[in-house]
Amino acid sequence: MSETAGLSRSAVAPVVSVRADGGEGRRWQAIWGVGLVAFVLLWQFGKPYAGWAFDIPRPWRIPMQRWIGDAMRWLVEDASFGLFTFTEFTRFLAGMVEAPYRLVLGLLSTGILDGRGSAAVQLLPPLSWIAVIGIAMLMGHFAGGRRLALLVGGCFAFLAVFGQWTSAMVTLASILIAVPIGVVGGLLLGLAAFRWRTFERLLRPVLDLMQTVPVFAYLVPILFLFGFGPTSAIVATIIYALPPMTRISLLALRAVPEEAHELGRMTGCSRRQMTWRILVPSARPGLMVGVNQVIMLSLNMVIIASMIGAGGLGFDVLAALRRLDIGAGIEAGLAIVVLAIALDRLSQAFAGRRPEHEAEGARRKNLLARHPYTVAGCLLVAVTALAGLVAAPVQAYPKALQLSTGSVGSDIVGWINVNFFDQIEAVKNALLLNVLVPVKRFLAGLPWLGVTGLLGLLGWRLGGWRLALLVTVLASLIAFTGQWEKAMVTVYLCGISVVIACMIGIPVGILASTRERLWKAVELVIDTLQTLPSFVYLMPAVMLFRVGDFTAMIAVVAYAVAPAIRYTAHGLRQVNPQLVEAGIVSGATPWQLMTKVRLRLALPEILLGINQTIMLALSMLVITALVGTRDLGQEVYIALTKADTGRGLVAGLAVAFIAIIADRLISAAAERSRQRLGLNDTAGGRA
Amino acid sequence: MTISQQQSDSLAAAEPPAKLECRSVWKLFGDGAERYPVDGVDAADSARLARAGVVGAVRNVNLGVREGEIFVIMGLSGSGKSTLVRCLSRLVEPTHGEILFNGENLLAASPKRMIEIRRHHMGMVFQHFALLPHLTVLGNVAFPLEVQGVARAAREARARQMISLVGLEGREGFFPRELSGGQQQRVGIARSLAVEPELWFLDEPFSALDPLIRREMQDEFIRLQSVLRKTIVFITHDFDEAIRLADRIAIMKDGAVVQVGTPEDLVLRPADTYVAEFTRGVARAKVIRAGSLMEAGAAPAGAPTVEDGTPIADAAPLFAGGAQDLCVCTRDGRPIGRLSRDAVATVMMQG
Repeated sequence: MSETAGLSRSAVAPVVSVRADGGEGRRWQAIWGVGLVAFVLLWQFGKPYAGWAFDIPRPWRIPMQRWIGDAMRWLVEDASFGLFTFTEFTRFLAGMVEAPYRLVLGLLSTGILDGRGSAAVQLLPPLSWIAVIGIAMLMGHFAGGRRLALLVGGCFAFLAVFGQWTSAMVTLASILIAVPIGVVGGLLLGLAAFRWRTFERLLRPVLDLMQTVPVFAYLVPILFLFGFGPTSAIVATIIYALPPMTRISLLALRAVPEEAHELGRMTGCSRRQMTWRILVPSARPGLMVGVNQVIMLSLNMVIIASMIGAGGLGFDVLAALRRLDIGAGIEAGLAIVVLAIALDRLSQAFAGRRPEHEAEGARRKNLLARHPYTVAGCLLVAVTALAGLVAAPVQAYPKALQLSTGSVGSDIVGWINVNFFDQIEAVKNALLLNVLVPVKRFLAGLPWLGVTGLLGLLGWRLGGWRLALLVTVLASLIAFTGQWEKAMVTVYLCGISVVIACMIGIPVGILASTRERLWKAVELVIDTLQTLPSFVYLMPAVMLFRVGDFTAMIAVVAYAVAPAIRYTAHGLRQVNPQLVEAGIVSGATPWQLMTKVRLRLALPEILLGINQTIMLALSMLVITALVGTRDLGQEVYIALTKADTGRGLVAGLAVAFIAIIADRLISAAAERSRQRLGLNDTAGGRA
Repeated sequence: MTISQQQSDSLAAAEPPAKLECRSVWKLFGDGAERYPVDGVDAADSARLARAGVVGAVRNVNLGVREGEIFVIMGLSGSGKSTLVRCLSRLVEPTHGEILFNGENLLAASPKRMIEIRRHHMGMVFQHFALLPHLTVLGNVAFPLEVQGVARAAREARARQMISLVGLEGREGFFPRELSGGQQQRVGIARSLAVEPELWFLDEPFSALDPLIRREMQDEFIRLQSVLRKTIVFITHDFDEAIRLADRIAIMKDGAVVQVGTPEDLVLRPADTYVAEFTRGVARAKVIRAGSLMEAGAAPAGAPTVEDGTPIADAAPLFAGGAQDLCVCTRDGRPIGRLSRDAVATVMMQG
């Protein structure tokens, strides 16, 4: 249907296309009318006759939870490869990860130990804090010059001065292990998908699921398979960071020019030479973006991973959150941010670093001239290690010099609470009573059958029968696994948060898009917002609004507003300047220019921004389970505390289904509007 | 005319055997490409191809590239010249036909044998240079040898030779992005020569360069070929470039070869209006060679001499000294005829 419309539209005869459009439009109006009437009838009068359309009777439900639980039990207890059991295999993998982790941890934090637990004897002390800062600065200088060196040095010094050093080094150690494994794993998967089409087709839905299932959901199975401890945390981090790296690798490999392939074949490269000598080096800039992503995602996971034993800064934040110690929580949270900034800038600088030729004859010079950074680093380590033996402050940053914001954070919140409690409470209650609760009631009362039908209709309209089928099946699965009610709570919280985030984000984006200096400032703010680990948003919200849906909403809005701003501004800024000029020449006022030209053309991009906002909102929503929501996130969280694999995974999958439904529908809408605007040549896909 | 005819006939008899020969090569794209019958009389007909739902990128091409000649394949974009050269090097798998390299059918060669042939007997220069960004000039030029597993010292020595051959001494340590376009293509040329290929493919090597640099690179290419004497397949869309460089030219249109001949043949005896369209603006004096315009008989003693392959435009200045006749001789200096002032003047005046 839409195909014929598309064809006639692209044909030269405009009259035909208008007529076809009109006819199709009327037909769709009729279909929508019938659909909506049916929906309203079912909703208002259907309950006595078809109760199953509202609440699926127990015997109809798919006992997915039990199945998964049984499968897990079988894996852990009975599965065997003959020579060794599945559990032994996973424990072996854990050991493979653990050994390098212990080594790095020893270097950075505990020192090289002999023996375990309290019986351990320190053979070698860890690297001195001065040496670590120095090495970080050397890397900064190597990759990005003096400014980067100072920035990175400042970040690490911050960790030492504010007493976060030990925890930060534990976190750094787990990241140093997780990132290389994640990068190599993602690259290998990307290469495999690049080489074998079938593999790519199989991999794609798995990646989609992995990126939309909340992390909490797969913490439990990981816990079962790998045990509690840093290793499990690293495994979870890798699983979390792997899909984006795989996607980026695939994209980067696809972008290698055809001539490079031909060069490889003409020089007679074997398959392996082709891959490692030509493809991977040529794809390097793209791959480095992936490395940066993996680092940032690993840092995002720090707090969640501490739930299954990661320790370090994440554990500090979590512990502070549990005892509502805002000062300690913010300090540890800030430390994560600072670490994130340092690693982000460093990796970006390494990514952007382009080789320069050396003066001829550099080869013949001595060791120092050839490897100044390595030599300086080694010297620094040796000198500080020796000095550390005599002078303790060199080994560990002296406690007496540590600073702490201490109670400043709590004091501010306390002050606000004392002085503005009534106002805050009034706003909160007004919103709760007039917006949140009615919406929640409304959504909870809808029949699943009707909602699924409407979604299917929407899918059909936007993307044809395939999309309709996908959407219907996913929505029905949520219903038949008994998750409908909780899913509706998730939809309600997510929906309201997204609406508010868009109400803030889109106007800000519009304002910033035409004002260069404002945009610079806004960009800085949203960049920072996006580096903050999601947990950090929870703390002030909880302190001000206590637990509940409202708090969750505030935290979600704060977390999810960034993409709404970014995509709006970006979309508006990339509107073809000639079209804007055409508008000006036609005598459009700035308002008309904005509403009639720029916003129309930026619509596809803005839709993608909303899509991203929904995705972020959903991922944050699961985390807000900690502050007492009653949605799918809570279900996942409870499953985590009870170590109930089935329950967690089913609820997690339900969240993923909601995300996939929203994502597919909005992407289809964006694609449609882009086609209609004839912008397809600039279609870059979503970021 | 008759002399030139005889000349080319006798030349043809003495011609070395074809180094690379392609026999009824087809490359078809589309769903029914494999099943499309190519042996029919009107198989190459566009309408028939379209009805069968296939696109004929290369249609029934027969060519022979002789040892030591510069064979230029000329055509506008979309004429299939790039696909054809990729069929010749088997970067693209032809749908039908045979490609004989030194008598061996490349299309029957195993992948292993193909790697062997490409490593040791073929070189290719790419339109957009295809330099590896992470390697220095030295590393890029040595790359084909590295792939073969040649020891570091040996391959770098060889690469340095090649770099100085293309005039880039002192730039060995530079990275590709630090070089200008012309320099980058010099690196590409040096790299393709590093393995001492018997067969040298150049795919629009100068198209991405500015006109001035292009001219300079063409001169450089002529100089290199006068030293190296490779068998060359050169792709271009620029007819002037083809005329300047070619021993023989194949003109392609819609995937088929319209005419094969020396630049002179094409200008003087275009096969159809399409070829005539290309040659119309070409100055005859630059194409017609002394050998084809000469008359029988000996020039007066003391007359300046020209080689038979010299274009008339280059021979004309020799009359400035007042001579009425030039002595035409072969490359090894054997006199074979005389070139009269009048004949040259007539050609020059035709433009």
